[in-house]
Amino acid sequence: MAGQVMSQRQVRRFDLFGFLYRWGTIITIGILILFFGIVTRSFLSPGNLINILRSISIVTVIAIGVSLSLAVGGFDLSVGSVASLADAVVVSLFIWYGKGTPVSIIVAIAACLVVGGFNSFLIVKVRIPDLLATLATMFIFQGVAMTYTNGGSITANMMMANGSTAPGKLTAAFNAIGQVPTIILIMIVVVIIVQIFLSSTKHGRYMYVVGGNMEAARLSGIPIGRYRTAAYLISSAFAALGGIMLGSRIGSSQVSAGSAYLMDAVAAAYIGFSLGGSGKPNAVGTFLGAVLIGVLQNGLVIVSVPYYAMDIIKGAVLALALALTYFRKR
Amino acid sequence: MDASKTTLEMQDISISFPGVRALRGVSFRTETGVSHALVGANGAGKSTLMKVLAGAYSDYTGRILIDGREVRIRSPREAKSLGIEVVYQEVDTALVPTLSVGENIMLDLTVNDMGARQVMRWRSLHQQARRILDELHVALDTRLSVGRFSLAEKQMVLIARALSKECRFLILDEPTAPLSHSETEELFRVIRGILRRNIGVIFISHRLPEVIEICERITVLRDGQRVDERRVEDTDTPRIVEMMLGRKFEENFPKRRVPIGDIVFSVTGLSDDAKVRNVDLHVRAGEIVGIAGLVGAGKSELCKALFGASRVRCREALMKGHPYRFRDPHSAVLQGIGLVPEERRKEGILVGESVSTNLTAASLSDFSGALGFLRFGSERRTVREMIERLEIRTPSENQKVGYLSGGNQQKVSVGKWLIADAELYLFDEPTKGVDVGAKRDIFELIGWLAAAGKAIIYASCELAEILGITDRIYVLYDGRVVKELETGRATEEELLFCAMGGN
Repeated sequence: MAGQVMSQRQVRRFDLFGFLYRWGTIITIGILILFFGIVTRSFLSPGNLINILRSISIVTVIAIGVSLSLAVGGFDLSVGSVASLADAVVVSLFIWYGKGTPVSIIVAIAACLVVGGFNSFLIVKVRIPDLLATLATMFIFQGVAMTYTNGGSITANMMMANGSTAPGKLTAAFNAIGQVPTIILIMIVVVIIVQIFLSSTKHGRYMYVVGGNMEAARLSGIPIGRYRTAAYLISSAFAALGGIMLGSRIGSSQVSAGSAYLMDAVAAAYIGFSLGGSGKPNAVGTFLGAVLIGVLQNGLVIVSVPYYAMDIIKGAVLALALALTYFRKR
Repeated sequence: MDASKTTLEMQDISISFPGVRALRGVSFRTETGVSHALVGANGAGKSTLMKVLAGAYSDYTGRILIDGREVRIRSPREAKSLGIEVVYQEVDTALVPTLSVGENIMLDLTVNDMGARQVMRWRSLHQQARRILDELHVALDTRLSVGRFSLAEKQMVLIARALSKECRFLILDEPTAPLSHSETEELFRVIRGILRRNIGVIFISHRLPEVIEICERITVLRDGQRVDERRVEDTDTPRIVEMMLGRKFEENFPKRRVPIGDIVFSVTGLSDDAKVRNVDLHVRAGEIVGIAGLVGAGKSELCKALFGASRVRCREALMKGHPYRFRDPHSAVLQGIGLVPEERRKEGILVGESVSTNLTAASLSDFSGALGFLRFGSERRTVREMIERLEIRTPSENQKVGYLSGGNQQKVSVGKWLIADAELYLFDEPTKGVDVGAKRDIFELIGWLAAAGKAIIYASCELAEILGITDRIYVLYDGRVVKELETGRATEEELLFCAMGGN
């Protein structure tokens, strides 16, 4: 009898904590929206809400790639550099070489898949731990992107090395990618596809299994090398997509423009872990993580928090999210 | 050394967790200088009871008394300060592999008793460690790093650590499970020495002959309750098993006679890079072939080699008449082999995933359609059927496997391959750390597989089990097959003789 009473009490306490764990992200977003909506006039205007979605779309797409690397128990630190590389390649093909939209985009993604292939080679074949391998490639491909652009930005009508003006320009189709509503639609499509992939397909399940216990997965006959390789390739592909969206948004290629997205993407992916109590990387959670960061950033700007203080709050939110994930694991 | 005895009493201990069977009003009594066995089926609450005593839980009800006075044990520190020490089964989690034997033995003292002193005194540390080992009559160099030693030696290091401070009660959780016969003898010698020093030993074990050999008193638990406590000499194995199970247990193994068919799998000249050397073997449909050998003979290595999990060479390998290719486990599964590995938690199951995900991990293609989309309905039906057929005790198919008891985890590990439907099943020590009831279920299952015309390789160091359920036996010694025997004509003595390297 005594045992039964105790177990009931325990279940109830467990549930409260579990509830916060599961829905903390959404509750926090709700509270923030309420708060900013009350203290500022402009926050809840449709224009601003769309602005928030637009501002998080690149982070979300890159973060989805990070989530996939996390799903197989890895970590892809190179996504920021890959996004920079994609930005540089796609813009240079338009401006330097005057290529068309499909060619430029395909070449940029292909270049980034080479990076993904190199990542998986180092991790799966050479067996360097994920974090360290992608730390190395992060530097390498940041350098490659910079070397490719001769350490400068690429803009329309820029001066070429031989003194002439750059021949090409960005196409209208490319420019549309970074505009509302296309940029938001791309994000939504990516989130939905990856969410379905992870939760409802054999391959998604296998990725989680590989991430859960690699040796048990191997001895269950799952081709773990193939799934880990796939995860890094997909991660690079999404980073490339993010870089292309970025290039279109800013209409040029800037030095290391993509690296700023690494930290936000990692934060969004980790915040997403807890959604619905899954405790695993997932696309919708990652999206909500990006929303949380975006709402925070946007609202703080409106209430005049200086941009240089923003990272303090972002870091604190990440610490909170990680606390929720790891405190329970103990 | 007839010091006055200290008594330890646990009264009316209760505890519960979500999803795990709890303790209900358990009492336990022992004293120093006595070896006391704690036995029970998996999930009976042995480990939980001892964790309460070791201070691993703070939220139990009931009282703990030492010499009749109530003491407070709600943290490991409080337990240690009362002289209660535990050596858990997983020795590697308690050792720092890169530090020396001496540092590991003296770890608690180094951490807690340095006081204001900041500088290590290496010479005295190694002298103290040496002295503790000498008292146990264990010869280990205290300056070598622990990582290089065997499991049995690491266990000695942990026992030495437990005795580095004033210890009154030493809890050994399944200490003999990973040990070979001679290592077990060595451990018992050390335990007898400890008992003479007026220290109480609490011995958790599944191996009843050992309990009877080393223990004076025995407490039996079942379903979180105490069934009985008595002198070991007043009881015997069948009666203990009966108390554990709550029903009569027939000693004989449920071996089914099934017709033996054609050769399913054969290999000649199989070697791996490390242990397995020039092994020839074959197995027929409906046949259960035993791989007998002591710990370290290379049974696990052989199983993994057959499963493509290690790099191997061979002269010829045939699976159902077609050439068998050793590439990786993935291709082994495609060619019809399934492996139930020895290290359950590390290799066999996914503790963080649901029963359902675990059971279908090797056969997900059967439950997915175009583009790999999962058919959740058919997956759920199959999983529920399997849970029922194997009598896996779980609240639902969505429970995480980490919350199940050892025997039920093993059933999940086996069930995965039943769903995957292989031709050749490799079982590597499937009964390790599993209680008598679950063991019987596993034997029945293997018999059932044989009756269905599957080929089975059963590797174990439990020679009685091998004799009980197999048709034919290969005896492995140091990575080589030294003998092939018909089970019907073999005896346990003969098996042991070959397994120990005799000819």
